[in-house]
Amino acid sequence: MTVAPNIEAKTTNKRKGGVSRWSRIMKNLTFIIPLSIFIILILTSIFAPFIAPHDPEATSLTERRLPPAFIEGGSTKYLLGTDSLGRDVLSRVIYGARVSLSVSLMVIAITAGIGTLMGIASGYLGGRIDGFLMRVVDIAMSFPGLVLAMLLAVALGPGFFTVVIALSALGWAGYARLIRGETLRIRNSDFVAQARISGASSWRIMLRHIFPNVLNPLIIIMTLAVGMMILAESGMSYLGIGIPPPTPSWGSMVSDGRNDLDVAWWISTFPGICIGLVVLSGNFLGDWLRDKMDPRLRQL
Amino acid sequence: MTRFIIIRILQSIIALIGIMVMVFFLVRLSGDPTELIKSPNSTKEQIEAVKIQLGLDKSYAEQFLIFIKDYSRGEFGKSFMQMRPVIEMIGEALPNTLKLGIPSFIIGMVLAFTLGILGAVRRDSIIDNTVKFLAILGQALPGFWVAIIAVLVLSVHWQIFPAAGMDTPLHYVLPVGTMVFFMLPGMMRLVRSSMLDVLDSEYVKLARIKGLPERVVIWKHALRNALIAPLTTAGMIFAGIVGGAIITENIFNWPGMGRLALSSTFSRDFPVVQTITILIAIMVLGANLLVDIAYAYVDPQIRYEKS
Amino acid sequence: MSNVVLQVEDLHTSFFTRMGEVKAVDGVSFLIREGETFGIVGESGCGKSVTGLSIMRLLPEPGGQIVGGKIILEGKNLLELSKKAMRAYRGKIVSMILQDPMSSLNPVYQVGDQIAESVRLHQGLPENMVEPEVISALRLLRIPAPEVRIKEYPFQLSGGMRQRVVGSIAMSCKPRLLIADEPTTALDSTIQAQYIALFEDIQAKTNVAIMFITHDFGVISRICDRVGVMYAGKIVETAPTREIFKAPKHPYTVALIHSVPRLDQKDERLFSIEGQPPSLMNLPPGCRFCPRCTVALDVCKEQQPPEVKISDNHSVSCWRVK
Repeated sequence: MTVAPNIEAKTTNKRKGGVSRWSRIMKNLTFIIPLSIFIILILTSIFAPFIAPHDPEATSLTERRLPPAFIEGGSTKYLLGTDSLGRDVLSRVIYGARVSLSVSLMVIAITAGIGTLMGIASGYLGGRIDGFLMRVVDIAMSFPGLVLAMLLAVALGPGFFTVVIALSALGWAGYARLIRGETLRIRNSDFVAQARISGASSWRIMLRHIFPNVLNPLIIIMTLAVGMMILAESGMSYLGIGIPPPTPSWGSMVSDGRNDLDVAWWISTFPGICIGLVVLSGNFLGDWLRDKMDPRLRQL
Repeated sequence: MTRFIIIRILQSIIALIGIMVMVFFLVRLSGDPTELIKSPNSTKEQIEAVKIQLGLDKSYAEQFLIFIKDYSRGEFGKSFMQMRPVIEMIGEALPNTLKLGIPSFIIGMVLAFTLGILGAVRRDSIIDNTVKFLAILGQALPGFWVAIIAVLVLSVHWQIFPAAGMDTPLHYVLPVGTMVFFMLPGMMRLVRSSMLDVLDSEYVKLARIKGLPERVVIWKHALRNALIAPLTTAGMIFAGIVGGAIITENIFNWPGMGRLALSSTFSRDFPVVQTITILIAIMVLGANLLVDIAYAYVDPQIRYEKS
Repeated sequence: MSNVVLQVEDLHTSFFTRMGEVKAVDGVSFLIREGETFGIVGESGCGKSVTGLSIMRLLPEPGGQIVGGKIILEGKNLLELSKKAMRAYRGKIVSMILQDPMSSLNPVYQVGDQIAESVRLHQGLPENMVEPEVISALRLLRIPAPEVRIKEYPFQLSGGMRQRVVGSIAMSCKPRLLIADEPTTALDSTIQAQYIALFEDIQAKTNVAIMFITHDFGVISRICDRVGVMYAGKIVETAPTREIFKAPKHPYTVALIHSVPRLDQKDERLFSIEGQPPSLMNLPPGCRFCPRCTVALDVCKEQQPPEVKISDNHSVSCWRVK
């Protein structure tokens, strides 16, 4: 009601005697920096053609494996150097942002959509529908993801949509399970009972009462999933079942550079750092959102 | 309790059948294996003969019935490419994967639990901050990238550990390290947050009110409750050893299940892909089942409700 | 007069947060005698629970710290004890009952084990004597069929029964002081009445001193011998229960008593106090109740009122009381 609950909430995380402005600034930075990185990522993806100094797919056999500008032998023409085909690493990293971001956003939209639908239906309707859907979830959760991705890559040929389908085909199950749990919890609440008493249909209750209440956890895991999907996409590209060359993708760039590691470390290193930075930002943002919206979900 | 276990086993069998159906059609979706075997001057008759030999001349329905019949009798067929029994090939690959996976799992879990618990108990200390930092970093960096960098630094540059082969214990360091890197961060984070939740609980407060020494409060009252949530994840990680080894084995040229899966998928070696998929699925389902039973052991409420 | 069990003198407890120091308990003094029940009443956030936790020396860490004062229990200042010595006091000489019976028992251990733990720790009994002792602790709280209960898990018990088990744990080693932090708040009102009756019973049997923390003046009237009214980290009025109901002196006490619903009075309008307590981080220089007080004087805004003893065991801190 008044002061005490706040005191307790505030003190649990705090350090003894830590009356510092520093820590408050740090706390804000853990939110502002990741957010800025995300905004930069989005802007870079949209305006890639205007930012990139070179055509990311243009090869130049005379300028292969040039080091970055800040190292001896590098030129300002290629700020982050060139790869084994003489392509500009910086431009490829910039265009790679497009691929990584669009794959992960698309997969998240699909999986979260299907998962939420299934989860709410399963949790609210219960009975046979629940039993059936949960067996489907079991199947999706125990089918080896990389094997599926490999099979699809062989069946459909590697490509953007193959990656999206491979990641979506099993990815929805996690959402479904979480949303089902949340729905079960909400189903027994008074406001749902109230809606039933006033004669609302199942559809209406699921849409108007359950859905808004699962939004918080949904948004949190969607944010956390951005990083996971970028990692998954890069892993697939690394195995050669991701986005095929010459399209630049961070994962395939890391993979391309691995044979040149001893002579041209920059080819794999810069895209690797980008993956790390973006995933890190996604995780930080997700954590921040979770702390703000729903601390109960700390274990996700 | 028995009823609960029987229901869970039945559910797992249903899921397994679903996976068998799925993998059967998926492998056939990936194309015609004879296209990869034939040479430019093979005749139509020769190709037909190969199809008959591999059993691919029959309709999908027939093939499916044979598949189900064989697998339910434990007959996994012969590889299309090597013409050897699949079971033999897996018999060679699986031990290699387990040699990598089991030590990684043990090291990963011991580290995750020790560091996670220490971090929670000594909250905001140097240990805790290191744990948090490692967890954040580990979850963000792609494992294969870290492995590549490790190879560059530790085997190419300094030549401490070999990057390929499996003859000496030294050969295990980098691949095991990579797999631990995949497992550790998420687990550590989960153990830490689960432990923190429990340490904040009223019953831990009550244990302190009783005057119990901190050691007893943590090891007896907090730990057992804090184990409940991470247990599932540990089970899933264990079950995922085979599936998760694909990338690691590829980096280090390790002749295990992951590489077998990759090569046989690309060569459309249906029996091998099917068997590997089903094997992984059985491991995952089995691990889930064990976790559920272990849950019942740790949490009396589950034990009583399900009995 | 019987022996003084607990004497708290000028206790200051603060929480150090990023936002600054929160003075949760700011100069609190009171004493409790053998066989007496002393109530501490106030709105949530006034520092009453923190006072209880300070006595146990179990403040939430990091952040919570006792900054000054003395807590003298049975002649020993608890604040001077080593951590180990303090642990030997907990559960044996001073014990505590927490508010929420649903979450204060460990879900994975049997009820009997959780009581036996205390008994083993503090009484040094031979193993065959532990179980009878546990059963007698359950009997003390009038738990039916204790021989069966000890083998049960917390989730198998009702809320009221769990709270009795928590009581058994607290009383299992016959402590001299029992701190009860809103032990009845989470219970149904019928069970509440039973539980309060139990307290009287236990006290009659063991002569334990009880510090009863609550926000409910109704509960106070039924169980406490004396009351301290707490507001924003300070005790503003201390008096015997009967006297405080008959002649409350501090405007805050008056307001609190008037906000208790009563069946025996015609006036149906319930009294409520306007406004909110001050932030404990940024306290006003004068009386802390002044911003909400309907009878405040000019001096109230500027200076803290001194404590005035109006009789042997009735004292008030208010400028209106001379």
